[in-house]
Amino acid sequence: MGRSLWTLLKRDITLLVLRRQDVMTIIAFFLIVTTLLPLSVGPEPETLRALAPGGVWIAAALASLISLDRLFADDWRDGTLEQLALGPAPLALVALTKITAHWLALGLPLVLLSPLMGYALGLQGMALLILPLSLALGTPVLSLLGATGAALTLGVRAGGALMALLILPLYVPVLILGSGAVSEAMHAAGAGPHLSLLGALLALALPLAPLAVAGALRIALD
Amino acid sequence: MRPGNAQASAAPATPQAPGLQVRGLACRRGGMRLFAPVDFDLAAGELLFVRGRNGRGKTTLLRAICGLTEPASGEIRFHGDSIRTMDDARRMALLYIGHRDALKEELTPLENLQMHLGLRAVGNIDEDHLLDALEAAGLGERVDTPVRYLSQGQRRRTALARLLVSQATLWVLDEPLTALDTDAVAWMAERINGHLEDGGMVICTSHQPIQGLHRARTLDLG
Amino acid sequence: MNRRRIPWLYFTVPRNFYWLVQRLVPLIWAVAAVLAVAGLYVGFFVAPPDYQQGNSYRIMFIHVPTAWMGMFLYALMAVYAVIFLAWRIKMADVMARSLAPTGALMTALSLWTGALWGAPTWGTYWVWDARLTSTLLLLFLFLGYMALYAAIDDREKGARAAALLALIGVINVPVIYFSVEWWHTLHQGMSISPSGGASMAPSMLAALLLGTGACWAYCAAVTLRRAQTELLEREDSTGWTRTVSTDDAPPAPRGVAVPTGRRN
Repeated sequence: MGRSLWTLLKRDITLLVLRRQDVMTIIAFFLIVTTLLPLSVGPEPETLRALAPGGVWIAAALASLISLDRLFADDWRDGTLEQLALGPAPLALVALTKITAHWLALGLPLVLLSPLMGYALGLQGMALLILPLSLALGTPVLSLLGATGAALTLGVRAGGALMALLILPLYVPVLILGSGAVSEAMHAAGAGPHLSLLGALLALALPLAPLAVAGALRIALD
Repeated sequence: MRPGNAQASAAPATPQAPGLQVRGLACRRGGMRLFAPVDFDLAAGELLFVRGRNGRGKTTLLRAICGLTEPASGEIRFHGDSIRTMDDARRMALLYIGHRDALKEELTPLENLQMHLGLRAVGNIDEDHLLDALEAAGLGERVDTPVRYLSQGQRRRTALARLLVSQATLWVLDEPLTALDTDAVAWMAERINGHLEDGGMVICTSHQPIQGLHRARTLDLG
Repeated sequence: MNRRRIPWLYFTVPRNFYWLVQRLVPLIWAVAAVLAVAGLYVGFFVAPPDYQQGNSYRIMFIHVPTAWMGMFLYALMAVYAVIFLAWRIKMADVMARSLAPTGALMTALSLWTGALWGAPTWGTYWVWDARLTSTLLLLFLFLGYMALYAAIDDREKGARAAALLALIGVINVPVIYFSVEWWHTLHQGMSISPSGGASMAPSMLAALLLGTGACWAYCAAVTLRRAQTELLEREDSTGWTRTVSTDDAPPAPRGVAVPTGRRN
């Protein structure tokens, strides 16, 4: 079972590397959505700084949403998902492995790039440190929740838009806590409580979401 | 005899419990019953050929036997264990090749085969063995070409090459001959015969007859 | 055939359920009408004006019951969804599906009445108040459930996927609620809240409870009727639906054993 999951992790990362234009598209999407913020609200530094945490977090949430659309779709279409369901590993762990691979290839770059975008929007000092930290705790939760939506909408017409309707309300707590942490850091208050609660959400989503994903995949395969 | 029952033509009386026991299996699709409850046994060295017009539920029957689709009623036992709760070792004794080839376009046939075995947690894969299998499947000079550039027939051959490297005793093949040329069909018949002689079991659907199969029983879904 | 002699499973058989609902719904409608008239009368003519808000607070007698029903119906829908997922009782799915539109309606009504109350009280129809925001998100959860159900062609699959979504949603509702509450206390000062329970006049409480009863009865009646309609559509192939319009006799115990002491 361990060998099977390890193969799956390597395979998914290999495929994402082979399709690096897709990864690049998502990263470019993240950057351009963040760029839209000053272009739409004006270059006033004070305004921008106040909107920066939310702006970066919204860009990250949307990037996560559109990238997760294809998490299971390819495997489902070409029949690999059937083979995975018949394989030695439980489907929930298969799902968790795929989510991990996806986050490593797509979530992590966003985390690493976020200080750059934060700086461009006028964040300074601690806030520049807390921004990637909050994303590092929060984007895995987004991936776990989004994967559930992706699995539920497998093979559905206009699945992407439907997935946004299903999943964005569930993203709300992560967005509140994530951008809240950065705002607190900006006002020289402690971001600790926010980050702790983000960690709690991660601890909650990590065991539960894969079970939900496995249930949804079984329905899609049935 | 009820319609839908296996016509046990020349089924030898086997001393041990049959490998696969299916009792009262019925499946639904979209609220409609697909076929009358089906009963059959399959013992070592036997082939079951599932026939029926389009939409009579051949694929659903095969997927139910693998445990992918939940049947509306009935039970399926593989060496005495229920198909949906059996352990890993039992599960690895079953190989399903569906309509869809479960190949990754970006990878070569060799890589796809390695990946397939890795996902089934088969350790110490000897590359020469895999190359021999692909050679035998007629992919000699194509083993290093990404699947994207292969024809439908070549893709099917790549998927079927799994049969040559598998330790599975029960093969469940859904339309294995799709897109295959006459040489490949003959090769496939030979492979199935070889597997049966080694004491394996095969369940197979096909719209075109496969010449030269021995010990074939037929299940007609109408 | 199903021969379990468990009394409460008797009405999970569509035909028996249909028969029961046919008897119950007129009664529930009557209860709803009586409670609504009484509640509105007490609310508009008996309860005193609020010392701060004057008469505009009276919309609370509709707003609060609809908001409660919105949350209650989502929870109820999730309960039916779990029953359906765990035991594959089809009636549970019929009930969950029938609850969704009414739940969405209640949630939308509570948002609308909340906005109407906010206009004279806060001076604006909409503020990002914690309750308003989480109610809005609840409405999205209802809409998502209905959209997913409708988007999947195979009814059986759609039912299971939607039930799973309802289950995921109900686990998330408290998380959403608390995060929004927390976000609100952090970002803005506490907004003016309607007079709390302690200072509420007995007649106000009475109007509120009567209104809640009326809303509950309305939701029950509408949901059960919708479930009946849904059944007629689903069970079209089974034959019993052809006779229901004229057949007034209690259902014959076909297939399922009639429990002898089901009236306890």
